Amino acid sequence: MLLEVKDIGVTYTSKEKEVKALDGVSFKVESGDFFSIVGPSGCGKTTILKIIAGLINSTNGEILKPEDFEVGYVFQEHNLLEWRNVIDNVILPLEIKGVAKEESYKKAKKLLKLIDLKEFENVYPKDLSGGMKQRVAIARALICEPEVLLMDEPFGALDEPTRLKLNTELNRIWRKTKKTVIFVTHNVSEAVFLSNKVAILTKRPGKIKKILKIDLPEERNLKLLDSEKFIKLVLKIRKNLEYFKEK
Amino acid sequence: MNRKIIFQQILVFILFVLLWKSVIFIFKFPEFILPQPETVFIEWYFLLKSGLLLNHTLVTLYETIAGFIIGVLLGLIPGYFIAKSKQVEQTLSPYLVALQTAPKIALAPLIVIWFGFGPLSKIVIVALIVFFPILVNTIVGIRSVDKNLLDLMKICKATRLQIFRFVELPAALPVLFAAFKTGITLAVIGAVVGEFIGANSGLGYLTIYAAGLMNTPQVFVAILQLTVLGIVLYLIIDVLESLMIPWYKNKGEKDVVRS
Ligand SMILES: Nc1ncnc2c1ncn2[C@@H]1O[C@H](COP(=O)(O)OP(=O)(O)OP(=O)(O)O)[C@@H](O)[C@H]1O
Ligand SMILES: [Mg+2]
Repeated sequence: MLLEVKDIGVTYTSKEKEVKALDGVSFKVESGDFFSIVGPSGCGKTTILKIIAGLINSTNGEILKPEDFEVGYVFQEHNLLEWRNVIDNVILPLEIKGVAKEESYKKAKKLLKLIDLKEFENVYPKDLSGGMKQRVAIARALICEPEVLLMDEPFGALDEPTRLKLNTELNRIWRKTKKTVIFVTHNVSEAVFLSNKVAILTKRPGKIKKILKIDLPEERNLKLLDSEKFIKLVLKIRKNLEYFKEK
Repeated sequence: MNRKIIFQQILVFILFVLLWKSVIFIFKFPEFILPQPETVFIEWYFLLKSGLLLNHTLVTLYETIAGFIIGVLLGLIPGYFIAKSKQVEQTLSPYLVALQTAPKIALAPLIVIWFGFGPLSKIVIVALIVFFPILVNTIVGIRSVDKNLLDLMKICKATRLQIFRFVELPAALPVLFAAFKTGITLAVIGAVVGEFIGANSGLGYLTIYAAGLMNTPQVFVAILQLTVLGIVLYLIIDVLESLMIPWYKNKGEKDVVRS
């Protein structure tokens, strides 16, 4: 086991108002998992990732993680530095660590090839499409070779064909790098397509409603989307989501 | 720029000169009220040739640049700390508002009394006027940094200095450069006002001196020279901007807070 989230609760306090975002969330992530978290908007998905990344502290509960635990984080918005071109964005984490430029560039070039953006290394973010920016953000998150890749609705703002294309690419990257991925989305079909485990959260305050094993071969492709098994899994998750239930 | 535009610009200049001449012709203004344009340009030529104009220009240039740099530094450093700390901001906020509303130029006579007739008093006036817009825009610039970028830096375990270098400074530069442009214009005004109040050299001094002698052509020359000085300084900052933030061009101006 790589990571265990134990009974996490988070309450945000801002100016006389308290928002209980998470309440007793527990789950385990094994090394090599593609672990998706689905749930309605505002149920605390981003909050979970931020706690795992150490950006915020939980109000109660704890997280068991290895010592010198490193994460790569892909934010809900692409979050590139607009004053740096593609390759300089990708090497940023290495630059912070003080890795030599040459070595960083060599690594970055390999990653850019992996994400199919080799010809764009000198382009500035303002001249990239939304999908390209997101791919750069993924390369940047991968460059430190973190144990875990945290992804917060990375494709949420993209159109369907682009999203499907990037889903297939992400599956390929996952298989190739054997990374552990924790992936947040509100798109059930995307979660099933990518993952080997899907955790379903309730409405706010988020609790784990169910964790589902996705018994599909590791390699995923677009044909899968029409298969009966896939559709059954999607429906099963959808039934567990409380999209249409009143409080 | 295409030829047509340049041609039109020259045409506007010619029209302006003609309008100038016809005003004199119609109202029969004497030389000391409104000189002929060619008189002004001839005066300009002779003053340049004698080296007198250059001397005065260099004095004003020196005061403007020195005061500008000091004002910028005085604005940048506290601006950064005010932007980073809610507590510092809350403590200083009434004073900032007071500073913003105070007509800083009204302090000029006092500063001349304190710092004398030499360039020093003008440098102080310029620094004082430049200080505030730089301070405010530093705060705006540093605050404009995306919260997610700071989270990213935290995940990468960046140091304070790295956060400043990689994220805060570049994010603030567009706003800062816009403020520098406002600041350099104000700086020239500050230097001239200081020289009006009490000086023995500089273009502001030349203006006042020539006006006292009713030498109107010379007044015009001093003003023209000041305009050229202002334009050149502005263009220098413009060039520096496109060198330092090439990624920013064609992205539209950011809002500047003026004071
Ligand atoms: N810094 C904060 N201060 C106060 N409340 C917050 C803060 N961040 C999040 N919240 C609240 O906590 C709840 C969970 O937020 P979170 O961003 O984790 O949701 P999410 O599941 O990621 O939503 P979405 O799918 O829309 O991104 C929301 O109701 C939100 O309003
Ligand atoms: Mg979110």
